[in-house]
Amino acid sequence: MNTIQNFSRRDFVKGMFSAGAFVLCAQASPLKLLADHPLGTPSDPVGGTAFHPSMWLGIEPDGSVIIVAHRSEMGSGSRTGVPVILADELEADWKRVRLVQAIGDAKYGSQNTDGSHSIRDFFEVMRQAGATARTMLEQAAAQKWNVPASECEAKVHTVVHKSSGKKLGFGELASAAAKLPVPAKESIKLKPRSAWRYIGKETSLYDLKDIVTGKAGFGMDASVPGMLHAVVARPPVFGGTVKSFDDKEALKVPGVRMTATIDPFKPPHNFQPLGGVAVLADSTWAAMQGREKLKVEWENGLNASYNSAEFRKQLEATARQPGKVFRDVGNVDTEFAKGGKVIESEYYAPHLAHAPMEPPVAVAEFRDGKVEAWTCTQNPQDVQETVASVLGIKKEDVTCHVTLLGGGFGRKSKPDYVAEAAVLSKKAGKPVKVVWTREDDIKFDFFHSVAAMYMKAAIGANGMPTAWLQRSAFPPIGSTFESGQRVSDAGEMNLGWSDTPWNIPNLRAEHGPAAHHVRIGWFRSVANIYHAFAIHSFADELAHAAGRDPLEYMLALLGPDRIIDRKLLPTDFPNMGGTYEEYPIDTARLRHVARKAAEMAGWGKRAKLKGEGMGIAFHRSFLTYVATVARVTVDGAGKLRIHQIDTAIDAGTIVNRDTVNNQIQGAAVFGASLALMGEITATNGVIDQSNFGDYPVCHMEDAPEKINVHIVESTAPPAGVGEPGVPTIAPAICNAIFAATGKRVRELPISKTKLA
Amino acid sequence: MITLKINGVQKSFQGDPEMPLLWYLRDVLGLTGTKFGCGVALCGSCTIHVNGEAVRSCVTPVKAAEGKSVTTIEGLASAQGLHPVQKAWIAANVPQCGYCQPGQIMQAAALLKTNSNPSDKDIDEAMSGNICRCGTYQRIRTAIKAAAKEAR
Repeated sequence: MNTIQNFSRRDFVKGMFSAGAFVLCAQASPLKLLADHPLGTPSDPVGGTAFHPSMWLGIEPDGSVIIVAHRSEMGSGSRTGVPVILADELEADWKRVRLVQAIGDAKYGSQNTDGSHSIRDFFEVMRQAGATARTMLEQAAAQKWNVPASECEAKVHTVVHKSSGKKLGFGELASAAAKLPVPAKESIKLKPRSAWRYIGKETSLYDLKDIVTGKAGFGMDASVPGMLHAVVARPPVFGGTVKSFDDKEALKVPGVRMTATIDPFKPPHNFQPLGGVAVLADSTWAAMQGREKLKVEWENGLNASYNSAEFRKQLEATARQPGKVFRDVGNVDTEFAKGGKVIESEYYAPHLAHAPMEPPVAVAEFRDGKVEAWTCTQNPQDVQETVASVLGIKKEDVTCHVTLLGGGFGRKSKPDYVAEAAVLSKKAGKPVKVVWTREDDIKFDFFHSVAAMYMKAAIGANGMPTAWLQRSAFPPIGSTFESGQRVSDAGEMNLGWSDTPWNIPNLRAEHGPAAHHVRIGWFRSVANIYHAFAIHSFADELAHAAGRDPLEYMLALLGPDRIIDRKLLPTDFPNMGGTYEEYPIDTARLRHVARKAAEMAGWGKRAKLKGEGMGIAFHRSFLTYVATVARVTVDGAGKLRIHQIDTAIDAGTIVNRDTVNNQIQGAAVFGASLALMGEITATNGVIDQSNFGDYPVCHMEDAPEKINVHIVESTAPPAGVGEPGVPTIAPAICNAIFAATGKRVRELPISKTKLA
Repeated sequence: MITLKINGVQKSFQGDPEMPLLWYLRDVLGLTGTKFGCGVALCGSCTIHVNGEAVRSCVTPVKAAEGKSVTTIEGLASAQGLHPVQKAWIAANVPQCGYCQPGQIMQAAALLKTNSNPSDKDIDEAMSGNICRCGTYQRIRTAIKAAAKEAR
């Protein structure tokens, strides 16, 4: 079956395209999806085969090209980056491209804008779709001119007859192309790299002008006539319930219309609402005022025993004990038993909250057993699933419109807030907008996990390790989906733990169990944050113990340029969804970015003054190779200043250089926030922090003063960009602090350690 | 009843005079370019101009703007086109998610009104209350300098 088909003049595309448009659709996912989700199969399938429409492309008679953006835009550039691939292969003029944001629908394949997947998962399918349409436009022109198609060439929204110079615009060819059969995939010629007009260049965000003029539509800006505004009082302790409540005073607040309860979740909590009492009003302000007046008595439940200081001790004790082995090369036990020099170290990193600038928010309308929602979500299909399961309706009866997202970082792939709006709309009989205040956002997040790491190395000749043992303990993300899950899976271990690239004959990665007492969720670059912090801090410690230059020492740890033998990796090694043939661990690429970052920073010529230092870390995550050098100063009072961050990134083939540059600049700031000041703690199960005052993130004046980004030119398959810039930042800064002060930071955030 | 001018248009408001301007603009007038980020003047997403000065609309009650002139991101451009700060933001491709940017732009525009050639330190001080979680600060600084140069 062809994966790209002609859907021109089909009834079911009405509304998106005009009757005269040339419409192609590309199937994004393999046949399995077709079997799983028979939705949207056209009643009159082309070619007599049931076909599952996916990515849409339409060319209107006026020449405008319409591309459906099926990934969410949260600032990582996917909404621009994925369609621009198609536009390039189509030879479309990007200025004449209009984007239509897809609703949630399994027919698009995965829409979960998470895991730095958008470009690498859709690069080939978008190219195929664009090239197929281009070929058909060339064929349509050839028919009109009665010449061989080989003499016709698409160039910037026009097809040109090479010998005569005759030209027809894409719009003029749309109706003729619409009547053509789709050529076989084998006959489609993709453009050579040298002919790429947008891929590998710089394209401004599609929504740029709307953003700077205040017209861009975020979830917070969604509105439906007649809707009520709601805020929710949620159980302060995870798993708590409402014992009783008194809403008399709340209802007296002008503008407050009603209160309503939301049921607590049934384990596993998944993305269900936490439960609580909502105040619904004519304005957000009135709802907030009403919530202030609400008196709720809570049943706190078992997690009221959660105290971060005690939990830390448990985690650290677990990390000191043997855990589940996820990677085992050689035999570390035999090597340690030889009784030579051993170095041990422990590291700790706290819970973090995502804190996107736009807190979670959703509008939902329940009507006639169906739900329509408008929201800032990274995963509209999970909105469908979650709302359907909470309300007991069918997934197909949930329509999710996707707005722009005011940041996501993983928080907005968990649609509990949309389910809250749907539940309340059903109770109110009106559309309801649920707004999370910043306090709600920070107290009731799906937190990045708190983690303890124990590291041990046996030191041989030249100070190089002959054995390396690393153990981590943290509540797994899987606890969100399976009650009582205490041990991570191969996927979470793949995030910088089971894939350590060191060339050490005896190497073991273990992981110990931990219970969760809050909701745990993925957060930009996930477990790579604490894994990279421990691994690259420890490597730096060993380098200094050996009296060697950290860069040269770490490159020696990395070993000779090679593809790491698949057999040295765990049997169950997901490799972030990439095949090992296409995306192997290539130490030459890591070495190259490390050398590049060092060169950018002037590593070899660095001043070795008291109070000033450079630190380096390099790490592969999301199939991308990143190295960072940080340059810091620490003054006599212990005040830390990050003067410069130099990051080199090799993410394979790049689609939008400007986006990559911006993402890596941003990752340095995001990484600096968690390194310097980010910390979420709990006392008696209640989160201690509530807003940017007690959960600070970098402001301009504490962000790195200068961030330089180098993007490696590569023809390798595209890899991730949104996340891999984060993991190197904290260890590079901490290693720089050691170089500046001789003080080793083994706990994040750095603010916990006195540097003077 | 409270009367005030919003983006040059006279408005009168009969609701709760304590309601922050932010919610009056967003929920009552539908001017959603001004964003809610923290509610307690810690992030700057809600920055607007009242009589030309940058204020946090999330903690400024409507009554405090009685008789005054309010400008929001929607009113920053003039008949001559976009404000130099907006143009500079476009030229430098500043935004990632874009949510904080209206507040950043209003703050920067207020800075340039009183300081046509801000130093790095001036920019740090003026912009210190505006958080960008995506971390676009370096580009914000570049854009402010470019806008200042353009406006001089």
